Amino acid sequence: MSVVFKKPHALTDAVLHYCPGCTHGIVHRLVAEAIDELGIEGRTIGVAPVGCAVFAYDYFTCDMAEAAHGRAPAVATGLKRADPSNIVFTYQGDGDLASIGTAETVHAAARNENITVIFINNAIYGMTGGQMAPTSLPGQVTQTSPYGRDVNHCGYPVRVCEMLATLDGPEYLERVAVNSVKNVRAAKKAIRKAFQNQIEGKGFSLVEVISSCPTNWGMSPVKALEWIDEKMIPYYPLGVYKDRSAGREEAK
Amino acid sequence: MTHSYLIAGFGGQGLLFAGKFLVYKGMLEGKEVSWLPSYGPAMRGGTANCSVIVSDEPVGSPIVDHPDVLMVMNLPSLDKYEDAVVPGGTIFVDSTLIERKVRRTDVNVCYVPATRLAAESGMTTLANMILTGKILKVLGEYDQAGVDEALRHVVSARHPEMFDFNQKALALGRDYE
Amino acid sequence: MKGNEAIAEAAIQAGCRHYFGYPITPQTEVAAYMAKRMPKIGGCFLQAESEIAAINMVYGVASAGHRVMTSSSSPGISLKGEGLSYMAGANLPALVVNVQRGGPGLGGIQPSQSDYNQATRGGAHGDFHLLVLAPASVQEMADLTMLGFDLADKYRMTAMILADGTMGQMMEPVEIHPREIPECDKSWALTGTKMKREHNIINSLSMDPYDLERMNVERYERYAAVERDEVRYEAYRMDDAEICVVAFGIAARVAKNAINEARGQGVKVGLIRPVTLWPFPKAPLLAAAEKCERFITVELNMGQMVDDVRLAIECRRPVDTCNRTGGVIPSAAEVYSAIMGAQKGGAAK
Repeated sequence: MSVVFKKPHALTDAVLHYCPGCTHGIVHRLVAEAIDELGIEGRTIGVAPVGCAVFAYDYFTCDMAEAAHGRAPAVATGLKRADPSNIVFTYQGDGDLASIGTAETVHAAARNENITVIFINNAIYGMTGGQMAPTSLPGQVTQTSPYGRDVNHCGYPVRVCEMLATLDGPEYLERVAVNSVKNVRAAKKAIRKAFQNQIEGKGFSLVEVISSCPTNWGMSPVKALEWIDEKMIPYYPLGVYKDRSAGREEAK
Repeated sequence: MTHSYLIAGFGGQGLLFAGKFLVYKGMLEGKEVSWLPSYGPAMRGGTANCSVIVSDEPVGSPIVDHPDVLMVMNLPSLDKYEDAVVPGGTIFVDSTLIERKVRRTDVNVCYVPATRLAAESGMTTLANMILTGKILKVLGEYDQAGVDEALRHVVSARHPEMFDFNQKALALGRDYE
Repeated sequence: MKGNEAIAEAAIQAGCRHYFGYPITPQTEVAAYMAKRMPKIGGCFLQAESEIAAINMVYGVASAGHRVMTSSSSPGISLKGEGLSYMAGANLPALVVNVQRGGPGLGGIQPSQSDYNQATRGGAHGDFHLLVLAPASVQEMADLTMLGFDLADKYRMTAMILADGTMGQMMEPVEIHPREIPECDKSWALTGTKMKREHNIINSLSMDPYDLERMNVERYERYAAVERDEVRYEAYRMDDAEICVVAFGIAARVAKNAINEARGQGVKVGLIRPVTLWPFPKAPLLAAAEKCERFITVELNMGQMVDDVRLAIECRRPVDTCNRTGGVIPSAAEVYSAIMGAQKGGAAK
């Protein structure tokens, strides 16, 4: 009998703590598959965030550091500069990357720091119980925007890929989603490319993954995946926002 | 034997450099030394001073409250530090920039129109070293070999031509009567 | 050589090849020196976007098991507090330099010792200490920097050089020699598993309170060893002293002048200068309380170390403080007056 499906080697046997229907599990798997396929587990170091993915250090078999809230890109900078032959990635949520850690994100991108950033955008603070995130949509109801996000009062969501694309620094920025088989396949390709870029020394590569949070959105898992198509993707269009090497190759 | 110098004036007059020269000269002669700058937040034009101690004994506090040598290159500095000089100490005044006379009668005073002398000899930035040359002369510590050796340590490698200018300025101060 | 430059060169000679910092007066020479030297010796100088980013870059390099440092001045150290706490929680060795200026807030840019309490109590949230070294000469800026790296590695904790603007800015002759770096087990470091071992995790999070308690207790056992073996201080003219001045850094230098002057007047006064502020030299102070009737701290703050002296001597003798704050340095004359006042048996504060 041949094995047609198995757990990637880069994932531990630990039981994930994520809620039913949460897409973190999918993204963890995609990262682990990329690590397996590229054969880099033995020289990969991951940096976990503060937020739902705070325990990511228990789920990946590579060496892992746990960073302070928002500081993962700075910690990754230190790890990468300490030994540039290692492959360093961060795995961060929207509060971590786009609110408290905005400066660290922007400057790691501006330096074209040769690291890989996996950015989970689910438009909410999950770990603390469903508060408004920097990426919560206008009108979105959360624990701290109970009447819907009022843009006149607390401003507009941050579009990370678009913002970083204005910088000369970053190598590669792409937004993907994990709400359908087709989108998951595209996400896999982008994540693998983001690691491949680092192996080739190309520089800062960030993949923004539009994800669902059924628990805090107050929806069934299926309905939450539909909501990504209906609400999230219109505000956060999928696609490549920067790919400097592709640009150079086209120019040739 | 201990000399404690206070060198004061405006930022940009080369006060810290003059202090550095004195401290290197002392160190190269095997003395115990310290150099402590004090300046305002502005890079240029604000008040600046530096405390220099050259001694046969280990230096305790590097702060010079009561100098035996005061070198001043602006009026506010003379006003501020004149009374701090120990009785019997010496005040070196750039008399181009400071018109008034020293009021104390229990100290020695040397008036050197250093800024004018510097301008006349085409070395406008070296009034500091003209005064320093005078200080060494009065203290009986002007030896050419020691002066040259110290200059070699403090003149920037990027501006080797400044060695000769500094040497000339020091000599100009030494010979001014 | 300036004190700040002595720190930088000593760090390099101690094997530090990574420096991260953010400009702030009066310690910027450390960064400038590193920016010049590091590229030439295959090291890494990086100007971070903030003090917070800098200390977290330090966290990263320390996690990889390399010697690493950052430097700043008081307001910047407050920003680094977060990282200091996380590094303590993750048991990471590193060297942090604080060239203090007057505070609170933006304060001023003149020399100060007003971060004494912050430094000696850890400086941020949680149960932890820094190993705090207080240089009083440019030579000690260099020597204690090297020592700080060694002790940080040995005890897996962050060492701090607590200097002040005077120490940073002053020049004195200094000799810095390369030296052997002690062997140190860093099998915990994130170097990549090479597929040969279980993964290492650098982490300060523990959801089980009993686990977290166990880790804190273990950390404090290491701290107890530090308190037992690493106390350093200088005793100056203490043999027959009846008055004991306690001061560190620039304040100790000023105090020595005053002590010598008072000795000239026949006053039996000496100095105990803590070189380690944490661990604090409690035993020598308690021993001094046998003979000394009065204690005087000299400080560039509102009187912070005075409490530690009282605790060290178990309140057996009156402790005065001769202090200036806001960036003002007590003069030798002020210290002399304080000594003479104590000698006459004036009322203790």
